[in-house]
Amino acid sequence: MNGLIDIQQLSTEEIDQLIAKAQDIIAHPDDYADKCRRKKLATLFYEPSTRTRLSFEAAMLELGGSVLGFSEAQSSSAAKGESVSDTARTVSCFADIIAMRHPKEGAPLVADMCVPIPVINAGDGGHNHPTQTLTDLLTITREKGRLTDMTIGCCGDLKFGRTVHSLISAMSRYEGIRFVLISPEELRVPEHVLTDVLEANKVDFTETESLTDAMPQLDVLYMTRVQRERFFNEADYVRLKDTYILTPDKLSGAKDDLTIMHPLPRVNEISTAIDSDPRACYFKQVLNGKYIRMALILKLLGVE
Amino acid sequence: MLIGTIVNGVVIDHIPAGRGMELYSYLKLDKLSCEVALIKNAPSSKRGRKDILKVNEVIDLNFDILGYIDPHITVNIIRDGVRVEKRHPSLPHTIRGVIKCKNPRCITSTEQGLEHVFRLTDPEHGVYRCIYCDTRAK
Repeated sequence: MNGLIDIQQLSTEEIDQLIAKAQDIIAHPDDYADKCRRKKLATLFYEPSTRTRLSFEAAMLELGGSVLGFSEAQSSSAAKGESVSDTARTVSCFADIIAMRHPKEGAPLVADMCVPIPVINAGDGGHNHPTQTLTDLLTITREKGRLTDMTIGCCGDLKFGRTVHSLISAMSRYEGIRFVLISPEELRVPEHVLTDVLEANKVDFTETESLTDAMPQLDVLYMTRVQRERFFNEADYVRLKDTYILTPDKLSGAKDDLTIMHPLPRVNEISTAIDSDPRACYFKQVLNGKYIRMALILKLLGVE
Repeated sequence: MLIGTIVNGVVIDHIPAGRGMELYSYLKLDKLSCEVALIKNAPSSKRGRKDILKVNEVIDLNFDILGYIDPHITVNIIRDGVRVEKRHPSLPHTIRGVIKCKNPRCITSTEQGLEHVFRLTDPEHGVYRCIYCDTRAK
């Protein structure tokens, strides 16, 4: 595998190195302005995205490289029925690295298996989203000064929320991590994450339906959106979409140094009244996402 | 129930009761022109009930799929009416092109010509998952 498909591919040492590199980029951006001159990033986005695609493109541009690609399947040969592997092979003739988002789980792995250049999974359906996880880990590091010894609450759609699966997977390898999984019964963390990740790593976790009860324990609160596009049934979406809405009164029992995160976009699950709270870090996350992607592109292209 | 004695062939014994037909399908025994017998729910001293497959010809078997069904399966090779070899499969690390991923969100549901591949993720419980979407093989 040349690229990054699943966060589990990276050891904690490699993650720590990427975070250190991102911190260095933040401190000395001019040192990196020309690192990827004449290199091209292809962004193959078969699903709509604002943050992730622009973050990848901004990352490559800030490294002095250039970008090409498409932002919806209808503007690519996928609309004519071209397979993922054929599209990837074609694009690998023009680009040095690919970032791919696709609604089907495993599509970036298929691409990575058939091309000689690195492929970065920019989100594959409800499955994995490793660069969001790297973003989250950088954010937690910058806010908490560590990646160990804390209680992380994950709230909302924990069934289809790929960012939550990747975050749990990554953080489970650090010492002293405890999870509180807050969701309605229908949107609980999938069984394979519970057994293969949490139980396999002997990570302490509890499941609850009450955000208010969980709040006082939390060092980090990771909110997620109930995603319309993951439901086959519109009625189920409508019934569950407003289950958890974070409002100032729900924060009354929270710690003063709580870090509130959200992969964005939000719909209404975090009240805009929270945005001015110093504990709200979701827009810092967006900026961190660019820096960690810069670090990842450098690593995968072998640029020092 | 009497099934004729095999002179040259294969007896796949100790198949978990109820899974003989599934194994018959995976091994594509329907494509053979020789005699094939599936015995369901035969008495077993160890398990109570078991399935047995008898193939009246020595054929190459996919031991990966036998191991996936159950590593306690016994394969007996019969030549000239005598058992000349007895083998047990082991749990394979990967299974290629046999089990199909049932997840409609998996790329295997749309990508042409993509081989379905499952990886052993929990050797203790014999759990296999699709390498593309992590869905558990049923």
